[in-house]
Amino acid sequence: MAKNGAQILLECIEREGVDVMFGYPGGVTLDIYDAMPAFNIRHVLVRHEQGAVHAADGYARASGKTGVCLVTSGPGATNTVTGIATAYADSIPLVVFTGQVPVNLIGNDAFQEVDILGITRPCTKHNYMVQSVKELPQIVRRAFYIARSGRPGPVLVELPRNVLNESMEFSYPDEPVRLRTYNPNLKPNINQLRRAAKAVSEARSPLFLAGGGVIMADAGAVLTRLANRYQIPVTSTLMGLGAFDGTSPLHLGMLGMHGLYPANMAVSKCDLLIAVGARFDDRVTGRVAAFAPNAGIIHIDIDPTSIRKSVAVSIPVVADCRLALEELENLLEKQEVPGAISSREWLEQLEIWRRECAANPAHVCRAAAGQNPVENPAVSPELSTGFIRPQTVIETLYRLVGAHEDKTIITTEVGQHQMWVAQFYPFSRPRTLLTSGGLGTMGYGLPAALGAQLARPDSLVIDVAGDGSVQMNLQELGTIAANHLPVKVIILNNRYLGMVRQLQQFFYNGNYQAVGMEVQPDFVKLAEAYGLDGYRVTDPSVLESVLKEALFSSKAAIVDIQVEPEENVYPMVPAGSGLDEMLLA
Amino acid sequence: MRHVLSVLVENEPGVLSRVSGLFSGRGFNIESLNVAPTPDPETSHMTITTFGDDQILEQIVKQLRKLITVVKVIDFSAQATVEREMMLVRVGAEEGAREEILRLADIFRCKVVDVGHSDLILEVSGDQEKLSAFLALLQKYGVREVARTGTVAMRRSLQPEHKEPA
Repeated sequence: MAKNGAQILLECIEREGVDVMFGYPGGVTLDIYDAMPAFNIRHVLVRHEQGAVHAADGYARASGKTGVCLVTSGPGATNTVTGIATAYADSIPLVVFTGQVPVNLIGNDAFQEVDILGITRPCTKHNYMVQSVKELPQIVRRAFYIARSGRPGPVLVELPRNVLNESMEFSYPDEPVRLRTYNPNLKPNINQLRRAAKAVSEARSPLFLAGGGVIMADAGAVLTRLANRYQIPVTSTLMGLGAFDGTSPLHLGMLGMHGLYPANMAVSKCDLLIAVGARFDDRVTGRVAAFAPNAGIIHIDIDPTSIRKSVAVSIPVVADCRLALEELENLLEKQEVPGAISSREWLEQLEIWRRECAANPAHVCRAAAGQNPVENPAVSPELSTGFIRPQTVIETLYRLVGAHEDKTIITTEVGQHQMWVAQFYPFSRPRTLLTSGGLGTMGYGLPAALGAQLARPDSLVIDVAGDGSVQMNLQELGTIAANHLPVKVIILNNRYLGMVRQLQQFFYNGNYQAVGMEVQPDFVKLAEAYGLDGYRVTDPSVLESVLKEALFSSKAAIVDIQVEPEENVYPMVPAGSGLDEMLLA
Repeated sequence: MRHVLSVLVENEPGVLSRVSGLFSGRGFNIESLNVAPTPDPETSHMTITTFGDDQILEQIVKQLRKLITVVKVIDFSAQATVEREMMLVRVGAEEGAREEILRLADIFRCKVVDVGHSDLILEVSGDQEKLSAFLALLQKYGVREVARTGTVAMRRSLQPEHKEPA
């Protein structure tokens, strides 16, 4: 049957199992919108193309499926770049379709023409221009295949207008996609794994480091079995939170620049580090020379470029994390290790670090320890200044929703609030924390939350935001309202760009420049302007009741919480220091 | 340390910028880059001369392999290879100097490919060292223009015993 490019495109997208796409129309994509009613794909009209990409990204992270966007040429395409780079840094599978002027006008500086292939080449896993309708089905299928296989990532497909209205006879090709130049290796090398199993069984103070790859590869279950059976503690990167039960006594919390004290100490003292699906970002390692100085490192990752990029590794395993851990489990089984691999001294030492941490007034490891907060009379919900402590907000939030954690998704923006979420909310399920870890994109959380809500309609989706970041994509409140999505936005409002202010306080003698957010919208009225519920909390004593009301109503809501303006994130590892050189207060 | 990489790529628009962008974006060095067709119309061959320590080279090779359009990457540094570069030089050749230049050209097995009133264009090929030496010798006559192809390389059929084929 003869179909035009637009129809062929939508059929190919539908065949990939896509039920939602996020987009914004324009002159060169009109044929696609014209064809849309015949297909079973929900198009969500965003308010800005950056929002479309973050929403598709949130959808992908929450569901494990590939996120899809459709935008027009020129500014529509350039507006996607930050979103694409965000997804690239965190290995999120996306396919982004951008319109383009007709092939015969390309290179002519035509209206709304931009070289989006050139612009996105360094921040996509791959990108394609479709030159003729004949190429279209194959390119769309390849784009999805590349986006979700191996180490996932965003793929951009540029669609010149003439390709969309050319027709051809079309029936969907059924043979699987094969590429001669791209064939990710999933199976682990057995010899390397034998060496790994030997190293694990001989270790006295081993430590798992779980990265985002554990979540991506659905390797959380096998990681949990290994950790529990052999009593191996686990620390997580920001992207790895939720892969392992955050309330388990074996979980030490996040490591790195704002990592928890027990986690950073454990990395610094362990004799074997088993890194799974992590890439040793500089925010994770601190000074590389001081990173895990006593440890051999087993590094399991699907991307060979992650291995030996920043940290020397004794046993590299290039493989899918789940397959590699399952094989490691088999090998350890055969070795008949009787019980715990961790020595008693190591497990005791972890407890000592936990206690030292709990005694710290900044009490940064109460949540990390997993148990209910230690009763510490020195710690009250408000500071002596009368302000609410931002950390208390996160703890209160967890108290309210923690029991439903498999049906609760937290997104964040970027900054202090993001670190407090990572520190004080013990994530226990994969895909329940959606945050921009690699690129650190302020403005990610709000659109990501709406994408996540569409992926998981029965979940409670909460964007924990700062007053700075949330203003970067505020326009998406319109998308939330238009689609009746009950997303909750909790703003930890300190009227500062808090993380930058903290850095100026520590390293620039408190010379606060360009960090004040004194003028900001009345967030309650803003919510109301969009037809959403708005709440403001200034009194610590009503924090819990207001949060409860906002979270458990069926409507979208903004909760503006006035918190201590100059609270800092601790621990903090200053740039150039080792992880065991933390500032604790 | 200098390395010569042989990179087979799919012959499609943008492939050169994917490769060169990778080097610039990640702060790797390119000393020379040569691109040419292969007998297979679907592929092109690049020879890239780069330098860096072992860890950097490992990253370069892995990052190149990760590009979807790259078919194959070989690092020649562990192998016996033939390396050649071709150069055209326009050199000043006034009366009196011409004879001397032609003798030098003969010693370096150059071809004279163009003769002007006061200059010559010489074509010379060889490895980098030979080309550098030849250029140095021509300096005193006035080197007016140089065009070089960059290195191309091929693995030798017979490898010395201590060198394993890749």
